[in-house]
Amino acid sequence: MRYIRPLSIEDAVGELAKAVGPAAILAGGSDLLVRMKGGFVEPELIVDIKRIGGFSDITETADGFRIGAAVPCAVLGEHAALKKAWPGVVEAAKLIGSKQVQGRCTITGNLCNASPAADSVPALVAAGAKAVVAGPSGKRTIAVETVPTGPGRTSLAKGEIIEAILLDKRPAHAGDAYLRFIPRTEMDIAVVSAGINLTLDDKGIIKTARVALGAAAPTVLLVEEAAEALIGRTLDDGTLERLAKICSGACRPIDDKRGTIEFRRKVAGVLAQRVAATAYKRAGGK
Amino acid sequence: MNFDPRFSGRKFASVGTRPVRPDGVDKVTGRARYGADFNMAGQLVGRVLRSPHAHAIIKKIDTSKAEKLSGVKAVITAKDLPDLTDGDAGMYDVLDNCMARTKALYDGHAVAAVAAVDARTARQALKLIEVDYEVLPHVTDVDEAMQHHAPLINEATFTEGLEEKPVKPSNVTKRSQFGHGDVHQGFGHADHIIERSFKTEQTHQGYIEPHACVASVNLDGTAELWVCTQGHFVYRQHCAQLLGLEASKLRVTSSEIGGGFGGKTHVWAEPVALALSRKAGRPVKLVMTRDEVFRASGPTSATSIDVKIGARKDGTITAAEATLRYTSGPYAGTWAEIGAMTAFACYKLDNVKTVGYEVLVNRPKTAAYRAPSAPMAAFAVESAIDELAKEIGIDPVEFRIKNAAQEGTRSSYGPVYGPIGIGPTLEAAKNHPHMKAPLKANQGRGMACGFWFNFGGQTCVDLNIGMDGSVSLAVGTVDVGGSRASLSLVAAEELGIDYSQLKAIVADTSSLGYNDMTDGSRGTFSSSMATISAARNAIKILRDRAAQMWDVPVDDVIWEKGHAIAKGEKYGNLSPLSLKEIAAQSGKTGGPIAGHSELVADGAGVSFATHICDIEVDPQTGATRVIRYTVVQDAGKAVHPTYVEGQYQGGAAQGIGWALNEEYIYGKDGRLQNPGFLDYRIPVCSDLPMIDTQILEIPNPNHPYGVRGVGETSIVPPLAAIANAVSNAAGVRMTHIPMSPPRILAAIEAERKG
Amino acid sequence: MAGIAVSTTINGDGVEYLCQPDETLLDVLRDRLGLTGAKEGCGTGDCGACSVIVDGRLVCSCLVLGAEAEGRKVETIEGMAHGEQLHPLQQKFLEHAALQCGICTPGFLIAAKDLLEKNPSPTEEEIRFGLAGNLCRCTGYDKIVRAVQDAATMMKGA
Repeated sequence: MRYIRPLSIEDAVGELAKAVGPAAILAGGSDLLVRMKGGFVEPELIVDIKRIGGFSDITETADGFRIGAAVPCAVLGEHAALKKAWPGVVEAAKLIGSKQVQGRCTITGNLCNASPAADSVPALVAAGAKAVVAGPSGKRTIAVETVPTGPGRTSLAKGEIIEAILLDKRPAHAGDAYLRFIPRTEMDIAVVSAGINLTLDDKGIIKTARVALGAAAPTVLLVEEAAEALIGRTLDDGTLERLAKICSGACRPIDDKRGTIEFRRKVAGVLAQRVAATAYKRAGGK
Repeated sequence: MNFDPRFSGRKFASVGTRPVRPDGVDKVTGRARYGADFNMAGQLVGRVLRSPHAHAIIKKIDTSKAEKLSGVKAVITAKDLPDLTDGDAGMYDVLDNCMARTKALYDGHAVAAVAAVDARTARQALKLIEVDYEVLPHVTDVDEAMQHHAPLINEATFTEGLEEKPVKPSNVTKRSQFGHGDVHQGFGHADHIIERSFKTEQTHQGYIEPHACVASVNLDGTAELWVCTQGHFVYRQHCAQLLGLEASKLRVTSSEIGGGFGGKTHVWAEPVALALSRKAGRPVKLVMTRDEVFRASGPTSATSIDVKIGARKDGTITAAEATLRYTSGPYAGTWAEIGAMTAFACYKLDNVKTVGYEVLVNRPKTAAYRAPSAPMAAFAVESAIDELAKEIGIDPVEFRIKNAAQEGTRSSYGPVYGPIGIGPTLEAAKNHPHMKAPLKANQGRGMACGFWFNFGGQTCVDLNIGMDGSVSLAVGTVDVGGSRASLSLVAAEELGIDYSQLKAIVADTSSLGYNDMTDGSRGTFSSSMATISAARNAIKILRDRAAQMWDVPVDDVIWEKGHAIAKGEKYGNLSPLSLKEIAAQSGKTGGPIAGHSELVADGAGVSFATHICDIEVDPQTGATRVIRYTVVQDAGKAVHPTYVEGQYQGGAAQGIGWALNEEYIYGKDGRLQNPGFLDYRIPVCSDLPMIDTQILEIPNPNHPYGVRGVGETSIVPPLAAIANAVSNAAGVRMTHIPMSPPRILAAIEAERKG
Repeated sequence: MAGIAVSTTINGDGVEYLCQPDETLLDVLRDRLGLTGAKEGCGTGDCGACSVIVDGRLVCSCLVLGAEAEGRKVETIEGMAHGEQLHPLQQKFLEHAALQCGICTPGFLIAAKDLLEKNPSPTEEEIRFGLAGNLCRCTGYDKIVRAVQDAATMMKGA
């Protein structure tokens, strides 16, 4: 086993590309170290990306925000402009684990761990976030929902690494929100979750919508039918009822130690309604 | 020794105050040494290989590759722990549980172990051990295990306690029965009868410190063991017996203990560590991972309980009956029996019958968990009591008060009660402001009562007075939550000196006589009795020395407020001698001054509690929130009231976790799905409100200060109190613990659909 | 496997050690440096008993590699008291009996210290959520929360 701490993205990509055995990228380590401890992974190479230039920074650009791959979630919560623009993304990121885990875990790691129940992913998908991927054959920018392809699997090729997550600049009358269901008040993995991002017109009519559900299928679900049910409407009771029904119907959950199929279906709809109400309010709707 | 343990009704100077505990500074600075904080020169790392199967024959174990790995110093299997139990069936089970002999009986059952120079080598060595299993059908559910077609866990099990010896083996090791009167007749006089079936899932004590020990066996047959345990003397006996050592040559030191709650009363890793050390010829440190703690230490029973209670219109219970089925893991236990004894202990009943069945399953060996077996029985009984009160149309507190046991009542499990606290806790609950506080939408209030026996047992204390007048108190009951502070208070009280003059420690097994372990709420009860006795013995010597110093007859010397006083007008000129003054002269008056005590602390008073709680239920998701919680419990006498409150609060919190979210979840493959704190969900800080406590003091007549055990009773009522609150909030009767959100939501939905 | 040479600062003192790539900071503190105040309750970041502060961030030392401490500043329970003077939180934990078995106490104290440094006047709810990453099985948290509240008051007065 080797541990390296490259200072440039080129070095990181180069080492990963030429690694012979299993290689692991270390940012916050809150998934990797647990998996190593349990004997589920035994990497030959650990690439610590925290000291690569720019990886630990949040930068506000003309287009929006660029969140380096090694930025701990706690730092997202301390960034006033990001919090104001994307409160749903930040609240989702701030729900991962404890204060202790917050100081380490990253939204990029959360995405690449590819758990169906990842907290920040539904919020990122709803937000239309993009991932900047660096690899042996150059860089590409992809929609975050294309990164996880199944539980524990991603679309990233050997040697590829996400260097940052991009979030758009916000127009007027925009709001997002995220909620998850957990049995306790903290420290749990989402049993089911929902992230919704809305923009409204001046009259409070929903112009655009993205609705994402977590822990409801092998990967986070982007429910387009739910978005369509919202667009062109305000959040009246009928719309909310349709939203819940569509979200419950869109779920393809499993029975497991955290919840039942029935429970996840029902609560997905309940959460979608509650999240929509918060996002709508944040967008200035009444 | 003629020690008089009777309650004397004295006025206290030290007892009842709240000083800082003697081990406190060590614990806030990180200096206190727990099981895993101790090291020996040349120490190896021990690790255990565990069965991935719930039930399998071990056909062959090949350790040759592991033995050849560089850095591996010993590999052991059951062969290295030969059977020395000499027909003691209970100890044979302990041995088999430490290291599976012919069959792996649960997911996590130890099958081999290694000692190596470091953790990485030990881990690699485990991977090189080849075990050939023949997987057998398994059963983990209590009711399924009782079916006649269920896989048999032990073919030699024939149910005990039946009128006729059964001809076929089964998974039921024992049937037990308690009660009096005629329940059939009693139900005939009832105007209302509630009959319900309940289930509770298996929970774990959830102590934060995993089991840990350092074992060192020497070539001369002596050995040392450093270990986190609730009873180092018991561990010594068990380890000595299993390893073939002489007990006095095995010195066991109890480390600071990071929680036990009954879970550190059995040996698991310790005999294995000793066997590894013996084979390797070096000290071995063995620390369980959290995964191992869940899979392979001793959780409580899963249960299935039927309850039937009948009452007249006026609220008098006419008959009560319960059938209780408790899992004991793959080895025989007496858990259902205890449940059957406690089930109706709170009530005065003319006709009562309880039957318990001990059931074998492919789960880890059940261990005690704080008032073991009582919370599940109380959940079933107190739920039915609440429902019956509702049906009769009587207030649930009044209903319980009307039927509460009292002094002179013949308990449902046999003995006649002395002065007890069930009535007073109910009256206190009735008058508590909590009972009248308004509730909001979706909130419900529940209450329930609980009972626990408490235990006394063998106890031994040494009290040594230094020449500077400071006092060291060596006790043998492990301090799990502040008992060194309580015992120091008791010694200070009896000697009439200041608390700050004392230092209490827990002595190792070679420094003090035998002590039973800290269980059965006996730590402060029994060791305070022995401390009082030891102090009184020391006072006899102090008086004698003062008499020598004054040259007066010892019978004229009394002991008062830390001083020897020469009694009588003729000694008018003699100023009292302080303990310090007498101690300073001890070298000239007969040598060191000490008091010893060896006794069996009989007469542990039974204990009762009543809890009240408010729960809010989200009707759309089944989520629950504990809004308010109040514990009322009888302490006999609270020696250190802050730590008594702590016991009340801690037990309530554990009960809340049990009631709402904690459970062992087994997959269809018989493997534990949630062996970690992520998915075995004990309450976190934000889950709980402040937990209010009210200490009642109904003196125990069998203790000089009136002390009763306080540690366990607080976990008995919460399951039922919360179930009653949830049922009141959600409008559905919950009969399955834990009341996790999916279960509550399913119940609400079922009710909506009718 | 060659050891990694690490140079770091622990409780204000420069420390150098060698560690393996898969060794956690918790392993290093406990097994190499003899700082056993941080405890391993789970090894998976779920109990908080191993809490330390690294460069001003509260973390579980079981989820940090020893190698990652290079050039960082690590604070552990062993550095919380100054000479003979206990930290107000340590004092208040003792006075309130905010510990029974005490195994979780070092983690709670470190987490509470971090909490009060970032928020000197927390509400009860902020304390409860701020300490949700630290499990205690003995106390029901009541006396811990009260001790933190009392320490906050004392520290503001100081």
